[in-house]
Amino acid sequence: MAQALDPHAAIVTTASGAEDGKLTTADGKPLAWALKRSQLKAKRRAFLLVLPLLAFILITFVIPIGQMLQRSFYNDGFSANMPQISQWFAENERGTPPDEAAWTALANDLIASAEDRSIGVVGTRINYDVPGTRSLFTSTGRKVRRGIEPPYREALLEIDEEWGDSRLWSAMRNAATPVTANFYLASVDRTRTDDGSIQQVDERQRVYVMLFMRTFWLSLLITALTFVLGFPVAHLLATLPMRKSNLLMILVLLPFWTSLLVRTTSWMVLLQQQGVINDILVWLGVIGGGQRLQMIYNQTGTIIAMTHILLPFMILPLYSVMRTINPSYVRAARSLGATSWTAFRRIYFPQTLPGLGAGALLVFILAVGYYITPALVGGSSGQLISNMIAMHMTDTLNWSMAAALAALLLASVLILYWLYDRMVGIDNLKLG
Amino acid sequence: MLDNSTGDAFVAFDHVQKSYDGKTLVVKDLNLFIDKGEFLTMLGPSGSGKTTCLMMLAGFETATHGEIRLDGRPINQVPPHKRGIGMVFQNYALFPHMTVGENLSFPLEVRGMAKAERESRIKRALDMVQMGDFANRRPAQLSGGQQQRIALSRALVFDPGLVLMDEPLGALDKQLREHMQFEIKHLHERLGITVVYVTHDQGEALTMSDRVAVFDDGRIQQLAAPSDLYERPENSFVAQFIGENNKLPGTIEELSGDNALVRLSSGELIDATPVNVTEKGQKTLVSIRPERVEFKPEMMPPNAHMIDAAVVEVIYMGDILRARLNVAGADDFVMKMRNTQGQTRLEPGQKIKVGWHPADARALDPI
Repeated sequence: MAQALDPHAAIVTTASGAEDGKLTTADGKPLAWALKRSQLKAKRRAFLLVLPLLAFILITFVIPIGQMLQRSFYNDGFSANMPQISQWFAENERGTPPDEAAWTALANDLIASAEDRSIGVVGTRINYDVPGTRSLFTSTGRKVRRGIEPPYREALLEIDEEWGDSRLWSAMRNAATPVTANFYLASVDRTRTDDGSIQQVDERQRVYVMLFMRTFWLSLLITALTFVLGFPVAHLLATLPMRKSNLLMILVLLPFWTSLLVRTTSWMVLLQQQGVINDILVWLGVIGGGQRLQMIYNQTGTIIAMTHILLPFMILPLYSVMRTINPSYVRAARSLGATSWTAFRRIYFPQTLPGLGAGALLVFILAVGYYITPALVGGSSGQLISNMIAMHMTDTLNWSMAAALAALLLASVLILYWLYDRMVGIDNLKLG
Repeated sequence: MLDNSTGDAFVAFDHVQKSYDGKTLVVKDLNLFIDKGEFLTMLGPSGSGKTTCLMMLAGFETATHGEIRLDGRPINQVPPHKRGIGMVFQNYALFPHMTVGENLSFPLEVRGMAKAERESRIKRALDMVQMGDFANRRPAQLSGGQQQRIALSRALVFDPGLVLMDEPLGALDKQLREHMQFEIKHLHERLGITVVYVTHDQGEALTMSDRVAVFDDGRIQQLAAPSDLYERPENSFVAQFIGENNKLPGTIEELSGDNALVRLSSGELIDATPVNVTEKGQKTLVSIRPERVEFKPEMMPPNAHMIDAAVVEVIYMGDILRARLNVAGADDFVMKMRNTQGQTRLEPGQKIKVGWHPADARALDPI
């Protein structure tokens, strides 16, 4: 064997000389184990460095979002406070008319819950499914605390006729188990009938599917618009001489440094019916004074404002990719006989695809979850699904519904991300 | 001064000027006529205007003034894709999203060539550079030298009459560069194409070219065959730029036909050949190649002047020995000796006398 000049080479030759095929170090320890051990300390130190950030993300991001998403399928507002009737629902299958045992269980639960002062929570939970029932629970609670005598069926019906409503009993059965798919069903405009089958809700109440479709359609449109508007700007940024491109870059970034509210409200100033653009059009005589265009508080307003706000997210990834494309590629294509259009289409454009993919994904995902701008300039036809989520969070206080809608939104974005990875490859993504 | 008449030149630069900013000229009155089948190199330091000339010929820059003709046809207004000129770029410019085969197919596709014809041509072009097995690889999977060959075959696949090369070997290591120089040279000879080659590497220019145009300050300083350029530089810039060179400043003492006697600033007299000096008393810069300096009197022609020199250091370089001498008050005078059996080994501090054949010392314009 040749004499090893390099000290490392000595280890290598020893290591490769092991009999059982596995590499070992000079003192006979397995090579893989020795390598791991030698790197352990460095790894531990590196982990300690990122530990604070990890803890921060866990506490402020992962856990709250997890808890919120849990509400979309887990709500024990009824089952925890009404254990006896929940038990009865579990023992008797769907469709069984409530017998005396059921009425007794219900009355006992109502008394206990009223004593506990948790009757409001119970009412709120049933109110999600049957609007207007919260007061039924609270008022009944007040009365049963004063005393209630069997037979409970008659006693409760005497307090309120509504206790005999089959929709109420169906809603209570649905709420009797804490884990439920009902919020997801409601998120896609479906509901469970009395016999347990799933059907579409009333045509007048179908709103969520339409909103999801609108959200995706508008997001796609906005993504396409940012591409059409942003591509030439990114190209200019990448090819202009340094001083001019810096100035242009500041203009592109300027919206980033301006408050979202300021930007959105300035669109209101521009677009409203008595606004700058309408005034100019009337002054130019393009439209008559009585035909002022409705450009805001509808979908048009949402599209214009969101395209403007999301434009930098398309420009920056495109720019970062275009900057790395050597101009000699296009020159080479031209010298090989391609017209400038062919050179662009076949040589330049394909090389910008990683940036385009990143920009499109970024804009689309941001647009799908956009809230403030559609809320301010969208009117009723420009509302997106996020506005509905916000409404459930702040107005109806149906957090489970908000969580279910948000979970669906999250899932669809993740599916898109997965599709993108499958088709383009996430490694090709260039965010900057 | 040019050996072509303007009429039958294949490529002609006729009083071409180029300015980028409207204030300074990057190319000042360029007149250059290139024959069909010639290998012409534009050599010069960066910023000398050589690449601008190449870009004007390729059509990526427009001439501010003057006319460029290709095969007798003015091409100032012809867009690059209609010029039919092959080009090899410094960074190869192989399209990274296409395979080697697709790269070669591109110029044929845009010319609307049928698939069968394309394939036979691609195969031929790849075989020509011994890369026949690489058609399905991506450029990123190839080494620098392989990419270079693909770039070359892509520039040749559509049979252009003229091929431009913009420092094509700049990114390769020394050994590969020398190998590729011969390969390009042989391709040129075999295919009979006209090549305009831009480089700042004088060794490359001397090895490959039929003629070399030395650029500086937007002008051609000298246009000549490599041997003329090296042995008979016409001015100080060319003498400095091509190869290693000793320069001795002095004044013309006597001038008679093709012989000049130059008095150096230290008072000593040397022989030289007058090149662009015209009268006695004129300041001059005498240029001598290090390998033409002799220190053995028996190698010198009779009556040649020899001057005193002191050895400062001797560097052993393998094939040659390189001695740095103190001559006429400056210690940057270099002498090269072949490392032959029995060659005299000089020692630092040794006093010797050096001289040269008058034909090898050229009295040029002072810088």
